[in-house]
Amino acid sequence: MKITQTIVEKHGLKPDEYSKIKKLLKREPNLLELGIFSAMWNEHCSYKSSRIHLKNLPTKGKQVIQGPGENAGVIDIGDDDAIIFKIESHNHPSYIEPYQGAATGVGGILRDIFTMGARPIALLNSIHFGSPEHTKTKALLNGVVSGIGGYGNCIGIPTVAGETKFDDTYNENILVNAMAVGHAKKDKIFYSKAKGLNKSVVYVGSKTGRDGIHGASMASAEFDDSSDDKKPTVQVGDPFTEKLLMEACLELMKDNSIISIQDMGAAGLTSSIVEMASKGNLGIELHLDKVPCREQGMTPYEIMLSESQERMVIILEDKKEKEAKKIFEKWDLDFVVIGKTTNTNNLTLKFLDQIVGEISIDALVENAPVYERKWTKTKLPERKINIKDLKKIKLEDALFKILSSPNQSNKSWVTDQFDQMVMTDTVQKSGSDAAIIRIHKKDKAIAVTVDSSANYCKAHPLTGGKQIVCESWRNLISVGAKPIAITNCLNFGNPENSKVMGEFTECLVGIKEACEFLDYPVVSGNVSFYNGTNKKSIDPTPVIGGVGLINESKNKINHLLKKEENVILQVGKSFGHLYQSVFFKEIYSIKEGPPPEVNLSNEKNNGETVLKLINNKLVASAHDISSGGLILSLAEMCLSSGYGLKIERSSKLSNLMEYYFGEDQGRYLLEIEPKNLQNTSKILNENNIFSEKVAIVQKDYFEMPGELKININDLYKINNKWYNSY
Amino acid sequence: MNSSVIVFPGSNCDRDIAVALKKYEFKNTMVWHKDTSLPKSDLIVIPGGFSYGDYLRSGAIAAKSNILDEVIKEANNGCLILGICNGFQILTETGLLKGVLLKNKNLKFIGRDVHVKTIDIKSKFCNKYKQDQILKFNIAHNEGNYFTSPDHLMELEDKNLIPFKYCDEKGNISVENNPNGSLNNIAGIFNDKKNILGMMPHPERMTDEIISNNDGVNLFSSLLN
Repeated sequence: MKITQTIVEKHGLKPDEYSKIKKLLKREPNLLELGIFSAMWNEHCSYKSSRIHLKNLPTKGKQVIQGPGENAGVIDIGDDDAIIFKIESHNHPSYIEPYQGAATGVGGILRDIFTMGARPIALLNSIHFGSPEHTKTKALLNGVVSGIGGYGNCIGIPTVAGETKFDDTYNENILVNAMAVGHAKKDKIFYSKAKGLNKSVVYVGSKTGRDGIHGASMASAEFDDSSDDKKPTVQVGDPFTEKLLMEACLELMKDNSIISIQDMGAAGLTSSIVEMASKGNLGIELHLDKVPCREQGMTPYEIMLSESQERMVIILEDKKEKEAKKIFEKWDLDFVVIGKTTNTNNLTLKFLDQIVGEISIDALVENAPVYERKWTKTKLPERKINIKDLKKIKLEDALFKILSSPNQSNKSWVTDQFDQMVMTDTVQKSGSDAAIIRIHKKDKAIAVTVDSSANYCKAHPLTGGKQIVCESWRNLISVGAKPIAITNCLNFGNPENSKVMGEFTECLVGIKEACEFLDYPVVSGNVSFYNGTNKKSIDPTPVIGGVGLINESKNKINHLLKKEENVILQVGKSFGHLYQSVFFKEIYSIKEGPPPEVNLSNEKNNGETVLKLINNKLVASAHDISSGGLILSLAEMCLSSGYGLKIERSSKLSNLMEYYFGEDQGRYLLEIEPKNLQNTSKILNENNIFSEKVAIVQKDYFEMPGELKININDLYKINNKWYNSY
Repeated sequence: MNSSVIVFPGSNCDRDIAVALKKYEFKNTMVWHKDTSLPKSDLIVIPGGFSYGDYLRSGAIAAKSNILDEVIKEANNGCLILGICNGFQILTETGLLKGVLLKNKNLKFIGRDVHVKTIDIKSKFCNKYKQDQILKFNIAHNEGNYFTSPDHLMELEDKNLIPFKYCDEKGNISVENNPNGSLNNIAGIFNDKKNILGMMPHPERMTDEIISNNDGVNLFSSLLN
């Protein structure tokens, strides 16, 4: 078959990229080879637009065992225990086929975790939909939520935290990011680097079908009006098989049979084999006719590029085949030796003993294109609005409107579709600032959270980048955990657009600065570009997944109010920043202006001091103040506990709305027993931290004398209305 | 007390129940579905999960496995059998318990805490509970909507074969506090001889105050009593 310009274009390769391929091969590629280049050189697998920026992120730290570059990041949580975690996007497939797209997103990220030897212990998700009024939103919401639940519930890993957001920027391109967290022994971590010559390359798991061919290339292009035609490139998930694969792999990992192991994710067999060979500086020869196939007559091209799910490649030590095979047979899974490692440094593909393709590994990896794309800076938007010029609204009306808005409504409609308790180590379920999972048979626990602030990032990417890292950090502190490291999922538009590339570049600088300052390194992540349709890119939406450590599960804390007469202290100062706030957006539809300023040294000092107060057992409950401001955080503490609050009407700022709805950063609410007030204030003062009393816990009523008084049950009804009537 | 937990491909609460059994000092053995014999057991537990991926119908394939023949034999000899969630579904598929578990009335997976009331405590499984005690249990299922014939339903009620019904926090049993559409708010049932219990809520998830509460503990202590 002659490779024409049309075929090259269909493979998502640019003319100059194709010229480079010919130069590297010193000849024209055949169709199989072209397919492989396309799979390895697309944005999703090669990180060609993001690579030069990603390398600036801080990835090292005292507790980091493995940073980015492997299937997932690994951190040390003491006593031989390691936590392995990563977040990944499955945006494009989920828009086309929401149930399967979301389900296989969960399946894919779980494989990344157990490939490294960890038993997965928690799942999280960050899902962004278009406006609720958009014709597709309801179906997408239903499909994605049941797809996430369908996979996690069946495989038996608790889905414990997440965020569900709506904004018209995602009307034609939703975001589905899934994060998985696993636990392994420090000395039993498995990597993808191949080692040794003539070692068996083994294929295990499900059979290969024609699903998902060129899925990664699809995820590297914008959608247009024909996107629904792409359904065949969405993979179909089978959580049952994944459960068997997980148990079989973890069983095999108990001894020393495995040299290297890699799951087949984006770009299937191609990328897993190339990655193993590349890391080990070896060649690999495959006999593609041996690959177990679901359908007859599959071509080498289809076999190499299929994205069928629930498959792995293992390079085995000598003489271990028989024992290993027994384990996979016990779990009714395929186990076939499909090739061996070689010293050629080539990917050699044979079909019925004929060589059907041969490419040097370096050509695919080392020589993959890297782009330094043009980018433009985003200026800090001006402050043009005077609140006094806006139509007046009663505090009560504004609060109720916000509490019943899609983005701030109670999300139990979503979380009730997830099994949060299977594995019986879920110390804190979703709904708090972070979920808490106990390490099996131990006292210690980890706290996990996912966060994003797309509108802040849109308004000023540099500040937005810093802010999400800080928010993640605050959420972990608010449950009594010491933040350790993050994973990030960078969802952006078309990188060939200099504005989008600027958003990416500057968000990353913000993330870098905050991570460095807070000693909160990045250990894994994923970049998803080309989120947009018909040349319209989504707002920049980096999502941060954070993990922290709690030494004793019983020391955990949450935001449920505990006792009448306890005092609510606000830590950190309010300046009344309303630009980019929920208040401006929901009440006045104002989306302009700068995001709240991020002061990293305040952030660090406030957070560390709050953690100290929690560790000294001075705090009954804690909550961070984030979107919606002080009043919303106070309301959330009531809604989750059933207790009421008497709020002291503050005259600190000239405008009540600014004080109660402002979204200034670095702030927490702490519930303190009266007897602990003095000690608490002393520690806060010693650390030069501003704090003020904002409310007192009482029964039944959420109340601010002169402004509002409402029974908690009624408040609850307001907060629960939206999902149940959508 | 000797216990066995049956493990199917796709079981996912097998470890959880084993942890609980061990905590209360049962001598427990995990039994693989392909096995053709059971260790000597006073209690056999069929755990929750998605045996065989819930393909065909939840519990249908597991009901035809090798080990289930042995479980049926033991059940007929009076051995205590506890089926939780998917285990309950499997027991109905084998015919050891009558009735079926239909899809939840809202057609969605439901994973949350619910209240149940002890309706009958005179059994090997519930004797440590108080009559009409209100408990908080966790449920997590797609198909928990219990259905049976009017005659059998009457028999269940008349012969006190319903240990738990869904209720609200005050103990009211009504349609509003029925999470899945189950007939008469049934959360679990016995066979005639009361040696077989099938229930949708997960008692093994309620044995540790750090993660939930201790409302499931009495089920285990009843068995040991």
